[in-house]
Amino acid sequence: MDLSSINPVLLLASLMVAATPIMLAAIGELVVERAGVLNLGVEGMMITGAVCGFVVAVGTNSPWIGFAGAALGGALISLIFGFLTQFLLSNQVATGLALTLFGLGLSALMGQGYIGIKAPAFPDWYIPVLGDIPVIGPIIFQHDPMVYVGLALVAAVWGFLRYSRAGLILRAVGENHEAAHALGYHVVRVRMLAIMFGGACAGLGGAYLSLVRVPQWTEGMTAGAGWIALAIVVFASWRPGRLLLGAYLFGGVTVLQLNLQAAGAAIAVEYLSMAPYLATIAVLVIMRAGRAPGSLGQSFHASR
Amino acid sequence: MIKLEKRPQPSKRWTFATPIVAVLLTMFFGGVLFAALGQDPLVTIRTIFFDPLFSEFAWFYRPQLLIKGAPLVLIAIGLSFGFRAGIWNIGAEGQYIVGAICGAAVGLAFYPMESFIILPLMVVAGALGGLLWAMIPGLLRVKFGTNEILVSLMLVYVAEQLLASMALGALRNPEGMGFPGSRNLAQYPSATSWINQSAGMHWGVVTALIAVIFAYIALSRHIFGFNVRLSGQSPRAARFAGVNPGRLILICMGISGTLAGLAGLFEVAGPAGQVSIDFNVGYGFTAIIVAFLGRLHPVGILLAGGLMALTYIGGEIAQSNLGLPIAAIQILQGMLLFFLLAVDVLTNYRITLARKAH
Repeated sequence: MDLSSINPVLLLASLMVAATPIMLAAIGELVVERAGVLNLGVEGMMITGAVCGFVVAVGTNSPWIGFAGAALGGALISLIFGFLTQFLLSNQVATGLALTLFGLGLSALMGQGYIGIKAPAFPDWYIPVLGDIPVIGPIIFQHDPMVYVGLALVAAVWGFLRYSRAGLILRAVGENHEAAHALGYHVVRVRMLAIMFGGACAGLGGAYLSLVRVPQWTEGMTAGAGWIALAIVVFASWRPGRLLLGAYLFGGVTVLQLNLQAAGAAIAVEYLSMAPYLATIAVLVIMRAGRAPGSLGQSFHASR
Repeated sequence: MIKLEKRPQPSKRWTFATPIVAVLLTMFFGGVLFAALGQDPLVTIRTIFFDPLFSEFAWFYRPQLLIKGAPLVLIAIGLSFGFRAGIWNIGAEGQYIVGAICGAAVGLAFYPMESFIILPLMVVAGALGGLLWAMIPGLLRVKFGTNEILVSLMLVYVAEQLLASMALGALRNPEGMGFPGSRNLAQYPSATSWINQSAGMHWGVVTALIAVIFAYIALSRHIFGFNVRLSGQSPRAARFAGVNPGRLILICMGISGTLAGLAGLFEVAGPAGQVSIDFNVGYGFTAIIVAFLGRLHPVGILLAGGLMALTYIGGEIAQSNLGLPIAAIQILQGMLLFFLLAVDVLTNYRITLARKAH
């Protein structure tokens, strides 16, 4: 094995790219769970976003419109989950699983004519001055714009939850929906909006895979990224700051194992490919999660 | 304005009716989907749901019903215990794969010896493989409070990589001229799970039926079944009644893992024949739909497994005869679960029309 072929600067730079899809999906799910809803359908919304983004981007030849289409697609499919869990009071775990199964089928059908096509190019941003700093420049400031959109979203969610009135209402709904209802807040309306935001973010994360990271469409291409995003939310104890850390940790494991594969490590490819999933389990075990939002996963039915 | 009013008790009538309503709704909206894909909806629905049973070639398809239904029923029965108790093992696909690998490895180790003891040993190995794989999320949940949903699911991806490694490495057929995949167990008389191949009978079918009977007795006549149901409905009450939650988690995970492992073994030693990279076709995930469609009741699961097997077979017919993409069947199965969960509101709630007066 030739470890010297692994360039630490490139490794860290690709870490930021590898972390972005999971970060996008996870920040959306974080908002959903802070509103007291457990949507296990992240994988299904991600793959739907991946195919929607790809189809739209190829059709319009614009990755930006593709990302918009992906966010819309993710939000639309999350509406099914929202309608079932919020209005028909179905079990959230089962409905989330159904959303994943449905999304995998739907994306396979939608993407049929698109296998083997290349996505339109999505060039990296060149940021003057900052991008020219040695070492730090290539690691942080020479990426495609979506990397920064992801970071901005995390910061925005952090500020929203911490400082805004709407964020306070959302947290109240998640902590104790009965009390929030008694105070006159519309529990179901808040939750529906949160679910749609989560769907849009998961869609963006999926489209990042199909438009930037791979960049083409293959069936089942998310390969568990949505589930890892769910794990990161738990790992982050539902706090945006720690979510960032979690996403980079998993980005790091993914990139490292890919680099080891390329460097011809003595370990078989299959065992290296297990690394991100095993790391997820290890982190879930080691890191004690903080307290989950009080009403997480419970249906809300206003009896009066 | 439409309002939901909680029923004091779940409606018995709707408990039975909801799966049927869900199936009818799925047929209808499935038809809409097929029409959107440019197919004749009525012909497609007939091809999927009726042709496997009643067409002139039904004699060929009916055995398939047993082959596809057995693993679904076997896995779903195992899952239903945990689901009732609020323990979510959704990694049955991984336990299925590991059971198949372990069982097949034992069988292949004896090749080409012939002895009546080989298949029983494989069965034990398959059950143990699935059990151990399910014990990982179970023990982590009990010891560290780790979320069993995420861990069991992560282990599916690990199991898939393990399967690839086995099919390409340790278990590869030495006389296979370099092709991936193991020796064909179905052609190895002492190891095959087939009883009568042309009738679709293999030991997995027998085991599935036995599992249905045992599950029925356990759930309706045994204290264990009572504890499972109690824990699901009221965890606090269950604790006061002396139910050890940790033990219950391990037992429920253990049952589902064992049955999934058995399903994997019977599949790999019969219908699939060999350990290959993609011998698993997602029964572990479809079984989740089967468990819910069967209302987590053993007899219901038996019927639901049959219906789901029907969509698999009908889907294959529709694919070859009408050119229907197989992904459409996946959507149909997802839709079925959606409708089931949606209609289920009628079991627990009453719809009333309230005037928006006050």
